[in-house]
Amino acid sequence: MTTFFNTILVGISSGSIYALMSLSLVLVWRSTRVVNFAAAGQAVLSTYLGYEAMSRLHNYWLSLPIAVIAGALISAIVESFVMRPLAKRSKGSPVESIAPVIATLGILGLIRGIAGLVWGNTFLQYTSPLSSKGFMIGHTTIPFSPLNAAIVIGAAIVLAFFAAIFRFTRLGLALRAASFQPEISRLSGIRVDRIRTIGWAFAGAAGALAGALVTPTTYLSPNSLDLLLVSGFVAAVIGGLESLIGAVVGGLVLGVGFAFILQYIGSEVTFSAAFIILIIVLFIRPQGIFGRGGSREA
Amino acid sequence: MTLIVDHLRIQHGTITAIDDLSFAIEPGELVTIIGSNGAGKTTLLRALSGLIPTASGSASWKGQSILGRRAEDLVRSGIVHVSEGKAVIPELTVAENLELGGIWRKDKTDIALATSEVLDLFPRLGERMKQGADTLSGGERQMLAIGRAMIARPDLLLLDEPSLGLAPLVIEQIFSAIDALRQRLGLTVVLVEQNAISALGIADRGIIINLGKFVTSGSSASLMSDPTLRAAYLGF
Ligand SMILES: Nc1ncnc2c1ncn2[C@@H]1O[C@H](COP(=O)(O)OP(=O)(O)O)[C@@H](O)[C@H]1O
Ligand SMILES: [Mg+2]
Repeated sequence: MTTFFNTILVGISSGSIYALMSLSLVLVWRSTRVVNFAAAGQAVLSTYLGYEAMSRLHNYWLSLPIAVIAGALISAIVESFVMRPLAKRSKGSPVESIAPVIATLGILGLIRGIAGLVWGNTFLQYTSPLSSKGFMIGHTTIPFSPLNAAIVIGAAIVLAFFAAIFRFTRLGLALRAASFQPEISRLSGIRVDRIRTIGWAFAGAAGALAGALVTPTTYLSPNSLDLLLVSGFVAAVIGGLESLIGAVVGGLVLGVGFAFILQYIGSEVTFSAAFIILIIVLFIRPQGIFGRGGSREA
Repeated sequence: MTLIVDHLRIQHGTITAIDDLSFAIEPGELVTIIGSNGAGKTTLLRALSGLIPTASGSASWKGQSILGRRAEDLVRSGIVHVSEGKAVIPELTVAENLELGGIWRKDKTDIALATSEVLDLFPRLGERMKQGADTLSGGERQMLAIGRAMIARPDLLLLDEPSLGLAPLVIEQIFSAIDALRQRLGLTVVLVEQNAISALGIADRGIIINLGKFVTSGSSASLMSDPTLRAAYLGF
């Protein structure tokens, strides 16, 4: 029974990371209808910047917000200088819907290349002061560590912050309106281009936090977050791609699912399991658990 | 003159949707532009509100050119467009749709005042504030779209076929609301319609267009009493 609860706790911790990456993908999807493969690259770059901040300031807790702000800026730059001009240039052409997605793959490759040049293709340690050794309960050590706890708390704070912005502020209303009906939004005076950039910046911040929280549990290399992108993507699809709550629930479901597979079946199958879960969800509920049935009114 | 459209031409690729169109509208007038399906009515309004570019000619509002400006900026100069087809955002609540109308404005007191005026005019919206706009009837959606526009405090209101797909009784309600609004606020209104009877019923003047070209214009009474026009363009 304790194993069962421990597995859930560990699953929630990794699920929080997936939730952040999934949120990052959903925010971009909602604001520009692009599946952002560059998210893994953007997050790895911001994590490298966090790593640099850490090696100068010797303080993980200061490097964390630096990584997050860097992630927001990187994402805003990618949107303003690559995605937006590209969308305008490809408008009306046969590649209109696919060109931006391919461009995100290009950016992913480019960022990895740059990271490899600057930091080398080695495994760096970006460490947090928190122990990754499990808490002691009585005389037994459980797998859930202070680092896991920080991950869950950090993710929860950011998710609550986003939820509050989306629900209670004008900016949140503008972000939602612009994602559903850009034209009506413009006719209501919303500067949709600017709002899209902000949507990407939020997405970059969420991805950066995921990267900076997960990296202390592993290592940092130019493609160390690629698997996180896959998990975030599966979580986003489970959640229905459109829904912010869905993104979070999808991440947690996936995290807990992985933890159980790891605990009871073995680590060899976890990666394939992600894809099996993805395909099953797509077959049973193509719109995801939180997606709306049928098509949205365009 | 408030709104002046001069030799305007608008293309959709090779299709000329508006062809050498000129007209002028005085402050406080309610003018209806009547034309059948495909006449170019929507194209004209979309160009006037900055959503699409024009090929040649000019259009100005209060002496300033409105062409080449962005829709989101024109809203701030008082030009508000209620686009075709019950322009609400179904994924948002009624209250949020109304809030959109004033989202760019700083004067929160006046936004609250404008909102209460809209709810006085359309009490059914007030009863449904927390509901999703997707739960509204067609008539209620049209009320919501017009209500949202009013919260922006427009000087020039561009309405694209508010009667489309609505039952006669509902059309009557909406048109009398439009009439009440312009009487009360002194708005200038361009009302684009296929439903000539209802539109001429509240308009000061009508302009008839066909295949993007000017046909004729005149007071509502004179257009309605011309049997040739009625047979050819007005459909009654
Ligand atoms: N986006 C578009 N692309 C190509 N042709 C269009 C487009 N929008 C409208 N048209 C054409 O322009 C003409 C005028 O259309 P529209 O302005 O919608 O007329 P109305 O609103 O009076 O029914 C029609 O021939 C229509 O087919
Ligand atoms: Mg039309």
